[in-house]
Amino acid sequence: MVLSPADKSNVKAAFGKIGGQAEEYGADALERMFAAYPQTKTYFPHFDLGKGSAQVKGHGKKVAAALVEAANNIDDIAGALSKLSDLHAQKLRVDPVNFKLLGQCFLVAVATRNPSLLTPEVHASLDKFLCAVGTVLTAKYR
Amino acid sequence: MVHWTAEEKQLITGLWAKVNVEECGAEALARLLIVYPWTQRFFSNFGNLSSPTAIMGNPRVRAHGKKVLTSFGEAIKNLDNLKGTYAKLSELHCDKLHVDPENFRLLGDILIIVLAAHFAKDFTPACQATWQKLVGLVAHALARKYH
Repeated sequence: MVLSPADKSNVKAAFGKIGGQAEEYGADALERMFAAYPQTKTYFPHFDLGKGSAQVKGHGKKVAAALVEAANNIDDIAGALSKLSDLHAQKLRVDPVNFKLLGQCFLVAVATRNPSLLTPEVHASLDKFLCAVGTVLTAKYR
Repeated sequence: MVHWTAEEKQLITGLWAKVNVEECGAEALARLLIVYPWTQRFFSNFGNLSSPTAIMGNPRVRAHGKKVLTSFGEAIKNLDNLKGTYAKLSELHCDKLHVDPENFRLLGDILIIVLAAHFAKDFTPACQATWQKLVGLVAHALARKYH
């Protein structure tokens, strides 16, 4: 699955509009993922996952920063996220199915916070982008 | 046996009461065909699906989206018997329509996003969790009679 020039443009524009609020979108996506897919909490036994958790907010900020970095380097996502890819393969080893779940929740976060941003075309491009990020992060698993 | 809490039932029926089934159904199906273009394989006789604009405006897509979501409404009236509600439709999708059940999961996720965009802040994490559970169970019920 390849990101077309239109996809890249849509993704860059979307993150441009999200701007500084990306951190909140990240935290929102995580909160939604833990609620909708409780099995994802198994990766965070060391976290307080209660409402308003500072740890979840902090982690959401990290996740968002990575997505922004990928969007800003959309012609070479693998390069931009290489270290994160190593981390996920060697240390975190989050099962690949979970990236789809977080992707869904990120799209829902965008939909609830900025519905007008999520035209069908942008929806499609963002979905592809999030898949691409998940693929990169699991690329070195075996 | 599926268990719904009173809160979950309220989150479902309360939201559903405010849903425009025709608009929401049309949008959900259109987005499915746009975001996951391979799903167009089931609709080769629907006419012009050549672009997102064509798909969104296609009257057959709109009509079929309304049909699909109306059926969803039936499920909501029978939350305690999803299997029974969808038994015949399950057989139909297997024997006549030959639809891979994965497509039900894809449509369910798209529906969630359409609802999220419509209800914005009201589509809380708890609301989303309940609806993800519902769409998952509907997908499961629709796949149940496959053989």
